[in-house]
Amino acid sequence: MQLRIENVSHDYGPLPVLSDINFTIGEGEIVCVIGPSGCGKSTLLRMLGGLEKPTRGQILEVGKPPEGSLNPLTYVFQDFALLPWRSVHGNISLVLEGHGLSKTDIDTRIKDVLERTRLSDFESAIPKQLSGGMKQRVAIARALAVDPAVLLMDEPLSALDSQTRELLMADLIGLWERERFAACYITHNLNEAVRLGHRVVVLSRRPGKVREIVEIDMPLEDRDMTDPRIAKLQQDLWDMMREEALDADRELTT
Amino acid sequence: MSVTDIDSASTDSDVRPVPFRGGGFKTIDRKFVGLGVFIVLFAFWEWGSRSGFISSLVLPAPSEALEAFMDLARSGDLQLHLAASLQRLVLGFTCGTLLGLTVGTLIGLNSLARAGISPLVSAIFPIPKIALLPLFIIWFGIGEGSKVATILFGSFFPTVIATYSGIDGVDRTLIRMGQSFGLSRWHIIRKIVLPATLPSILSGMRISASISIILLVAAEMIGAEYGIGAYVLLAGNLMATDQLIAGVVMLSILGLIVNFLISRAEKYLLSWRS
Repeated sequence: MQLRIENVSHDYGPLPVLSDINFTIGEGEIVCVIGPSGCGKSTLLRMLGGLEKPTRGQILEVGKPPEGSLNPLTYVFQDFALLPWRSVHGNISLVLEGHGLSKTDIDTRIKDVLERTRLSDFESAIPKQLSGGMKQRVAIARALAVDPAVLLMDEPLSALDSQTRELLMADLIGLWERERFAACYITHNLNEAVRLGHRVVVLSRRPGKVREIVEIDMPLEDRDMTDPRIAKLQQDLWDMMREEALDADRELTT
Repeated sequence: MSVTDIDSASTDSDVRPVPFRGGGFKTIDRKFVGLGVFIVLFAFWEWGSRSGFISSLVLPAPSEALEAFMDLARSGDLQLHLAASLQRLVLGFTCGTLLGLTVGTLIGLNSLARAGISPLVSAIFPIPKIALLPLFIIWFGIGEGSKVATILFGSFFPTVIATYSGIDGVDRTLIRMGQSFGLSRWHIIRKIVLPATLPSILSGMRISASISIILLVAAEMIGAEYGIGAYVLLAGNLMATDQLIAGVVMLSILGLIVNFLISRAEKYLLSWRS
């Protein structure tokens, strides 16, 4: 299944936040969206999963979601959004309940997804026992448990310290190599964008327009931080965004 | 600055440790201090009564109150009083809490209910329910009905307010998470909203339980044959201050037990809080 964004514009009252956005998230493809703060990245992501309606334009699902998908468009949130009173097992079972699955079905799915994400040892831990990185791993496992067609990731690593971020990025790359999921990955971190994105959509400051779509034609696992091509790409993106970020920073909020 | 510079500086006479300015503002759990205060107070009271420093007319000695309590236990009336009181308390408090939870949840989740009911709650909450007791007697009879109704009303309003303000405080990202996974509204309420409201509901119960005990005694002072309130009232009318103290101590212990039970429930149900 693909997700196509067609002529999407959005206003908050008189304030335009997004203007004429067009791009497609293909199967097994990670599309990173970057842009200065307040450019409407998160609003765009909320629309992709149907949590908000665009003022104009539409978001289209193209093709069928994978067989057995319980929730084709599934979010991974910046602040994890785990229920603190439920264990890792319980947090994953939460999103499987109410779909008419039997208890054994639910348990097999949980066992399976915990194995795939290498979290089996943490099944009965509760969130307050887990580090930030582990919480986000659990949230990713929860998202994978429903067999999504497209993962919608809202700055998933932004709440983590830089070392944990590095570890999780490697995890995500490994996971993608095994699972080949499609994702829309919102971030303000250019390094994440060049390491994880097959394509990088650069948005301008408010109202957000697509400034450029950069294709990165390099396998994810080869993208080493020391690779000059990666460094060059990151520098190019920064050159593109510097002015916008500077202007956005000096803007008064209304 | 090189390493040798630092070494030579530390041998300087003009060297002092950084003064400590932190600490304080943090309470440490000190066990047995509270118990100690009780023991000292009672010992002083007993000593004062025996030495004639405190006139027994003004305040009977703790030992006299204990004697009155033992008399009550021996006569078999203690059970009758306690059973009557506990029955009213449990019935009124349970019904009031359940109704309060229902109405509070409704106000928390439905904007029409909020607009319609919450001003009413704000208007009735501050009325001392004891003032309504004569009305309740007319409506529900002088027997159990009016007493239970008083307690029910007293515990209803704090629960309503605790519930809906708890729902207001639920982390919206958790609700959005539920929606994003396609959970039904009922699932979101039952599995996300209500568990997240539990801390607020329990602290509301702490307040409503204390209010219930106060109202229990007040209600039992009018037209009750048995009950701790009736016992205290009778003792007061007879100037039997030893019985009065015994009754009051029973109420205090009842309050402590209820509080203890709620603390245990909090510890057990809210162990997930960091």
